[in-house]
Amino acid sequence: MLSKSQAKVFFLGGTAVFFLIFLGLSWHSMSIAVPKQTHEENMTEAVVRGKVIFDENNCMGCHTILGEGAYYAPELTEVVERRGEGYIKAVLMSPIPWAPRGRKMVAYNFSEEEAKDLIEFFTWIGNMDLNGFPPKPDLKQN
Amino acid sequence: MKYKSQKVAYYFFALSMILLVLQITYGFIMAFAHYGMDGLHDIIPFNAATATHKNLLVVWMLSGFMGAAYYIIPEESEHELVSVPLAMVQLYSLAAVGVVAVIGFHLNWWEGRKFLEIPRPLDYLVVVNVLLFLYLILMTLIKGKKRTTTSMVLFMGLLFAALLYLPGMIWFDNQTMDSFFRWWVVHLWVEGVWELIMGGILAFLLIKLTGVDREVIEKWLYVIVGLTFISGILGTGHHFYYIGTPKYWLMIGGIFSALEPLAFLGMALFAVAMYRKGEKRHPNKMAINWTLGTAIISFVGAGLLGIAHTLPSVNMWTHGTFVTAMHGHLAFWGAYGMLIFGMITYVMPQVTGRKRYETKMSEYAFWLSNIGMIAMTTAFAAAGVTQVYLERKVGMDFAEVQIAMEPHFLMLIFAATIFATGVTLFIIDFVKYGLPTDEALETE
Repeated sequence: MLSKSQAKVFFLGGTAVFFLIFLGLSWHSMSIAVPKQTHEENMTEAVVRGKVIFDENNCMGCHTILGEGAYYAPELTEVVERRGEGYIKAVLMSPIPWAPRGRKMVAYNFSEEEAKDLIEFFTWIGNMDLNGFPPKPDLKQN
Repeated sequence: MKYKSQKVAYYFFALSMILLVLQITYGFIMAFAHYGMDGLHDIIPFNAATATHKNLLVVWMLSGFMGAAYYIIPEESEHELVSVPLAMVQLYSLAAVGVVAVIGFHLNWWEGRKFLEIPRPLDYLVVVNVLLFLYLILMTLIKGKKRTTTSMVLFMGLLFAALLYLPGMIWFDNQTMDSFFRWWVVHLWVEGVWELIMGGILAFLLIKLTGVDREVIEKWLYVIVGLTFISGILGTGHHFYYIGTPKYWLMIGGIFSALEPLAFLGMALFAVAMYRKGEKRHPNKMAINWTLGTAIISFVGAGLLGIAHTLPSVNMWTHGTFVTAMHGHLAFWGAYGMLIFGMITYVMPQVTGRKRYETKMSEYAFWLSNIGMIAMTTAFAAAGVTQVYLERKVGMDFAEVQIAMEPHFLMLIFAATIFATGVTLFIIDFVKYGLPTDEALETE
């Protein structure tokens, strides 16, 4: 039967081994794979400014992006492809709450510049290789 | 209680309960908004409500863990806490940071990072606060006569929880890297080191409540926390399927996160086995209920409902839908909410000296809160399946799907009312115990 000290070795040893593997894989993801899959070379200053705006206003508090965030408002990963720049600009620059079917968005009243930065950010996100996410609806009837 | 300084726990539990009430209030605001009643939009927009809801969750649980540690560490190490005034300073500063953060959320002062919305300057204050907490616990352990496995596992859990907050404070321009390290914090907390804390608290409760020999309980504690890390560390991979990270995470995350329920299964079997084995039953029956409850519901909520959508082929469709909320609610409640309620139920008679075991109110609190939470989980599941089917599979427009989901949010509001009634009764019972007193000291 397992003794207490053997159990301790199992815990400490197991943790150490799997944490080292995790560190190695994380290092690989971070330094080699992610820059390639996210096309970091296209991450312009405008994209980064867009991310800052996205972050500072907690857009993720209603929307999802890369499938992460809250479920109150539409997924934004492919928003540029789905809606086009004109529509997105109108939503972002609206001085009154945008409310499709009654669900209100905060009226951010962004400037033209800010709206452009956000669209650059969404365009960059939309071009990432996400291993097939979001999947195409397979039961869609036209 | 055996040491006067254990009374500190009471005040952390009280803070915990206040924050929980606020958290539930904001939950209702969100549920009503989803149901189509967003009258508070101008003052509390949805993103403010959700940031508040999620961060209060984290802080009430941390406050509960801290309270538990302030009770357990002196008793296990057989030494008074090194400084009660400093512990109180730590309590008030924790509360102050929390209040400032919540007010900030309503004034658009935050970071848009799920669960870690607290803005950077406040992060540093959190770090200082937690360092003070760890210092007090560590000094007590060092000066104490004994270093038990239970107290060491608990301390390691708390220490690593603090260390793992740091990767979340690094700034990345790349959204993917930002998310990557956000999960280092959030996942390695709730499916990693928080389970160490849970294991430590659970072991303490089982030792006290069942009378089973410490050596036996602590041996299994090692096995369970071992399983937690072996599965949970690489299980982080289930957050790295579809966010711009390489494909190998699909396999690694899939395999290891499918193993994660083992730790929770271990915890459930362990608690039930120790309960059956124990010959000396503690008269605090409600504490036993919560302790067994946390072990079992965490297996259902975190384990089974987790595996339900953790495989990459399933997660491809459920990622970013209410299926996640279904799992999240029962997992947090089962693993950490019920655990803290169990600890409070055990500690209250000890620190106040009033042996109010098995009051009618505490029984109703237990059943209503659990039935309510399970009903809430069911409502989230119905909403989630509807969303996955209509939006992801059929390709209906987001807004139309949201309208189709409204009935499930009405159900959610009913279920949440039952849950909130249970929690309210628990808190009334908590208040009825009165304040902790030195007269409760046991003289052996």
